[in-house]
Amino acid sequence: MKKTHFSEWGIESPRYWGMLAVLGAIVAIAGGAVFYMEHNGHWVTGMTNQVVWGIPHVFAIFLIVAASGALNVASIGTAFDKKIYKPLGRLSALLAITLLAGGLAVLVLDLGQPGRLLIAMTHYNFKSIFAWNIYLYMGFMGIVAVYIWFMMDHRMKPYYKPVGVLAFLWRLILTTGTGSIFAFIVARQGYDAAILAPMFVIMSFAYGLAVYILVLMFAFKVDGRDIGYAIQRRLKNLLGVFAAAVFYFTLVYHLTNLYGTENHAYEAFILRDGGIYTLLFWAGWVFVGCLLPIGIVYHPSLGKTRGGLIAAATAVILGGFATMYVIVIGGQAFPMAMFPGKTIVASGFFDGVNGQPMLYSPTLAEFLLGIGGVALVLLLTFIGIRMLRFLPNSLSDEVADPHYTKS
Amino acid sequence: MSREKQQGRREFLKTSAAAAAVTIAPGVMLHTLSADAAPRTEPVTDKVRWGMLIDANKCADGCTECVAACDKENGLDLVDMPEGADPSLWERQRPRWIRQVKLKDNLSGRITNLPMMCQHCEEPPCVDVCPTGASFRRADGIVMVDRHICIGCRYCMMACPYKARSFIHAEVAEKLTHTPRGKGCVESCNFCVQRLDNGESTTACQEACKHQAIVFGDLNDPDSAVSQALKKYPSVQIRADLKLNTGVRYSNI
Amino acid sequence: MTRKSVIMFLAASIAGLFISLVSAQAGEAVEGTAKADKLEQCVEPTPVMRRNHFEFIQHQRDLTVHEGIRGSKYSLAGCVDCHARKDAAGKAVPVNAEGQFCDGCHDYAAVSLKCFECHRTVPGEK
Ligand code: SF4
Ligand code: SF4
Repeated sequence: MKKTHFSEWGIESPRYWGMLAVLGAIVAIAGGAVFYMEHNGHWVTGMTNQVVWGIPHVFAIFLIVAASGALNVASIGTAFDKKIYKPLGRLSALLAITLLAGGLAVLVLDLGQPGRLLIAMTHYNFKSIFAWNIYLYMGFMGIVAVYIWFMMDHRMKPYYKPVGVLAFLWRLILTTGTGSIFAFIVARQGYDAAILAPMFVIMSFAYGLAVYILVLMFAFKVDGRDIGYAIQRRLKNLLGVFAAAVFYFTLVYHLTNLYGTENHAYEAFILRDGGIYTLLFWAGWVFVGCLLPIGIVYHPSLGKTRGGLIAAATAVILGGFATMYVIVIGGQAFPMAMFPGKTIVASGFFDGVNGQPMLYSPTLAEFLLGIGGVALVLLLTFIGIRMLRFLPNSLSDEVADPHYTKS
Repeated sequence: MSREKQQGRREFLKTSAAAAAVTIAPGVMLHTLSADAAPRTEPVTDKVRWGMLIDANKCADGCTECVAACDKENGLDLVDMPEGADPSLWERQRPRWIRQVKLKDNLSGRITNLPMMCQHCEEPPCVDVCPTGASFRRADGIVMVDRHICIGCRYCMMACPYKARSFIHAEVAEKLTHTPRGKGCVESCNFCVQRLDNGESTTACQEACKHQAIVFGDLNDPDSAVSQALKKYPSVQIRADLKLNTGVRYSNI
Repeated sequence: MTRKSVIMFLAASIAGLFISLVSAQAGEAVEGTAKADKLEQCVEPTPVMRRNHFEFIQHQRDLTVHEGIRGSKYSLAGCVDCHARKDAAGKAVPVNAEGQFCDGCHDYAAVSLKCFECHRTVPGEK
């Protein structure tokens, strides 16, 4: 295995600036959407007093969850000393920061009072898992930034490993924290499950890796850099394992819910008669998000191709959005069980009359905000790899594979 | 116009109730107003815990007096639908502090009516989750939102098991002096805190209920009407399984 | 998508215009019609009020919201009650209307005036 050399993203300027312009425009449109929503108030969104978190939260939570997962590749290289992953570490850490930044931006811009962010920074309720998350996110960014620095600076070599381990542990806590945002909500049937927090950790592995794979393949392709089969195979196998793990946790989550009688109604809602949520669960979460990528990855011929890997990663991401939709929106649409043994036949505040789910139809502005968050992630990532040496010159088998022998 | 009328009525009640307490059942006082109703100058303490007992048997089918009274008292009737909004969507976005719920027993088919509002939990999930501490529980048991530091994240709304909270979805042109309100913050029933702090001891909903379905008072005072009634009649907390020790109790659900 | 966003921008600015029209509805304020116009001084000497009013009312705000203390010496409701002028028809003019008591100074000092996003701008309904 040769020594890895890193260099800035070398695509021609017009192309680079063109990409930035397109992404910048999307971000600007999202900015317009935010202005429109904040100026008018949330009545211009589909969010209501029943479904209080909407599409922006689906995007934000996906991005934040993916952020901690994106760091995995670096962690495997550093914390677990897998040599072949080491050249992949820098981009992985960069993505962790940009994904988190994108997700947080969406989250913050959806607040009723985004101008009071300073209050959120100075008034803390230490019992609130939400407040803890703010610390966790800030700490994460800081640690990963140091991690990147140590990866890039040879003088810092001796400290590189401990920081890598710290970053790894921090990301575990961080995703558990994100999962706990839901798990702490005892009020709603769908969220009152201890398994949610570890399930979020597993999901973060899958989503983060999928985003990483797509960005890596794209950045290398347009810059004419080589990715050898050794790397592709490892990333692909890892993705397969993570997708399978998500599938496993999904099973456990719903089986334990089915075991407890009090959750039967919720399970029937998600699994059988929840309309859009049932559809997204089976078609999105389970099929596109888990079974399809597993199928592609372990397919004897498809699994070996570049296209197969890209398709699998894309499927994991799409499935991930469906998953977040089912969890975030579906969990709210299901009426809260306030009066066991009774049916609400009339209500002045939409309490799920006759068991009807809450309605939610997102508006364009909400989607624009979410998509803007994704565009922001890519924008920051592209600027990062253009300015600094994040990308290895080559990941061809000759460079990357420790067992490579010239035949 | 009607606001002034109502104001007048309250003044009247204040003075007349100083002389006599209203009796709803033998030994159960509806409420007493102290003669020296004056703005509070000392901080509230936990010597008092405000609470309510709602008798679902007395709550009449189709009656929404308490809801109307709350809307009026707290200026919720001043919250207008924004120009261009979809009325059916706006119905789900406009704030409500108290609402009428009609239940049917799945086995017997028995119908009950009851008002739902913030239950003023002793262990309020909304307060636990609020990142800034804007949701808080006052020493006297009233759970409310300090809207000066609410960032509008709506996490409290996710966490409340009673769906008691409302987010202000639009600019509010007119508001009352004692109930400030603005776009982007969360709010919910506060037991008419402005009345209590000014020395009164009823809430608008209790005062409005012609059927005496609501008894309000100090749970810590064994002689208060609400404590007496709680002692006398069986009552439940909604979602007692969550062990939140709610300040609002129900009987005959 | 871009066309939709253009429409959104237009809608937003029209809404903004509408809101500013609505808030500017009250007639011209008449000098000397505020209660404060007839008083020697505010709850503290004028220079003290000028320098510290926001601290007074912020402190009071926390006391009122968290401890239930009402009717204290300093209060925003008191400011509004005393400083709002009336128009020729005897209708109160909002204290944050252009050139009125609160706005006049805040505008001059370029300090944003956030209280009235939520608080009532004319004396109470009593
Ligand atoms: S009922 Fe809801 S809003 Fe009221 S204290 Fe309990 S959790 Fe908070
Ligand atoms: S919306 Fe306001 S009160 Fe509710 S949790 Fe967020 S900051 Fe706290």
